[in-house]
Amino acid sequence: MKWILNNVGTITDATWAHLWLALPAIVLSFALAIPIAWVASRFRRSRFTLLLVAGLIYAIPSLPLFIVLPLILGTSVRSLINVVAALGLYGVALMVRYAADALDAVSNDALLAATAMGYGAWRRFFGVQLPLAGPALLAGLRVVAVSTVSLVPVSALLGVNSLGMLLTDGFQRGIFAEVLSGIGATVVVAVAVDLGLVALGQLLMPWERLALRRGARHSTAEDKRVVAA
Amino acid sequence: MIEFRGVSKSYDDGTLAVSDLSLTAASHEITVLVGSSGCGKTTLLRMVNRLVTPTSGQVLIDDVDVADRNPVELRRSIGYVMQNSGLLPHRTTVDNIATVPMLRGTPVREARQRAVDLMETVGLDPSLARRYPWQLSGGQQQRVGVARGLAADPNILLMDEPFGAVDPIVRADLQRELLRLQEELGKTILFVTHDIAEAITLGDKIVIVANGGRIAQQGTPAEIMANPVDDFVTTFLGLDESRSLHVDGDLVVDPSGRPVGRLA
Repeated sequence: MKWILNNVGTITDATWAHLWLALPAIVLSFALAIPIAWVASRFRRSRFTLLLVAGLIYAIPSLPLFIVLPLILGTSVRSLINVVAALGLYGVALMVRYAADALDAVSNDALLAATAMGYGAWRRFFGVQLPLAGPALLAGLRVVAVSTVSLVPVSALLGVNSLGMLLTDGFQRGIFAEVLSGIGATVVVAVAVDLGLVALGQLLMPWERLALRRGARHSTAEDKRVVAA
Repeated sequence: MIEFRGVSKSYDDGTLAVSDLSLTAASHEITVLVGSSGCGKTTLLRMVNRLVTPTSGQVLIDDVDVADRNPVELRRSIGYVMQNSGLLPHRTTVDNIATVPMLRGTPVREARQRAVDLMETVGLDPSLARRYPWQLSGGQQQRVGVARGLAADPNILLMDEPFGAVDPIVRADLQRELLRLQEELGKTILFVTHDIAEAITLGDKIVIVANGGRIAQQGTPAEIMANPVDDFVTTFLGLDESRSLHVDGDLVVDPSGRPVGRLA
C-alpha cells in the first residue's frame, strides 16, 4: 500500500501509456475488421478462407510477433507503431468472425425493404446493414477491447511502457505491491474501456436502448410467462 | 400502365417460377395477382421494380422497358409495401415513412412534415410518430408500411401480401382503408395475395395465377365468379362441389351440414 502511495505518478503514467497503446489498437481492429467481414458475408466462398486465416493469425504467439513485426514494418521493436500494429492484428483476427456473423444476422426483410425503397448498395450498407448489425458488433468489440487491454502488458517484455512495466519491474525487484497494482490497474482499465463502449453503443443506437429498457423486444408478456414457467 | 410481355423466370436449379406470361395492369386500377404460395406471383411483382430480373421477356411501365431504367431511380419512383411491413427497425415511424423522400434529397424537415401528414391519411395517430416499429401493433405497422409506400407520391404501388400477417378484423379494416385511399388517390396498384376473398374485395381486375407462373384466368371479380374457365379456378374460388351451399332455415350450410354463413 505504501509503495502504491509513493508511486502514484508512475502508476498514472503507466495507465495512460497503456490506454494509448490499447485504444488505437481497438479502433484499428474495428476499422479493418468491418471491410474484411463485409467481403466474408457478401461473397460466401471467401468466408471460410478469411475466417481460417483470421483464426491462424490469432494463434501466433504474441512475443515472437512483437519481435518479427518490426522486420516487416521497418519500425524498431520498441516503437509504439509496432506494438499497436501487433495488438491490432490480434484484434482484427478476433473481430472479423464477430463482424461477419453480425452482418449475416441482419434480417433479410430489412435489407430487401431497403433495396426496394431505392437504397444504393453503399447507402444500404452504411445506413441499414451496419446499424442493424450494431448490437452484435458491439458485443464482439467488447470482447476484443478487453482482450486487447489484457494483451498490452506483454509489450513490457520489450521495454515499452504500460501497466505491464509494473509487472516486469515488480518481479525483478521483488516488490509484490507493484505487481499487484499492475494487475489491479489493468483490470480497472479493462472495465473502464468496456463501460465506455457500452455507453457509446447506447448513444449511437437509441432504438436498442429503448428496447432493452422496456424489455419487450420480441416477446409478448404471454411468451415470458410461458418461458418462465 | 404496367405491361408484362412474355416474361419467364427460371432459376439455376431448373425451377420455373414464371413461364411466358403476358399481362396488362391498367392505370388507376387495382390489379390483384392471386394464387397459392410458390406460384410465382411475388416474382412477377418484383419484376416491376427490378428486384427480380426476368430470364426472358419485358416489363414495361407506360411503354418504357424497366430494364432501360436505373434500378435505384426506378425503385424510388415506385411505392412498395411488403408483408410484415418491412419497416427499418432502427428508424422511428416518421423516419420510416420519410425514407424515400429523404433518399431523393428532400430536406429532412419537409420530409418529416409530409410523413406526419401521411400518418393521418392512413389513419394513424400522429402521437406515434416518434415510436419505433416494435412499439407498434401489427395493424399499425402495416399502416406505416402503406404510408411509406405513398410518401414519394408514386404513380405505381406494389403491394406484396401487405395484410397477410394481421388478424381478420384488422385485415378487413385495412382493406376498407385501402379502398377509401384508392378512391382519393387513383394509383396504379398491383396487389399480391393468396386470399381469394381479399382479391374479390379489392380487385378491379383479378388475375388467378396457377403454379409455374401461368395465368389460369383473368377478369373482373364478377366475370370470374360467373364463368370460371376450368376446375382449377372453380376449386380456387371455392365454387366446387364441396362448397355448393344450400339454405337451412336462417343458415347457409355446406354439403356436410356445417354452417358457413347466415341469410341477411
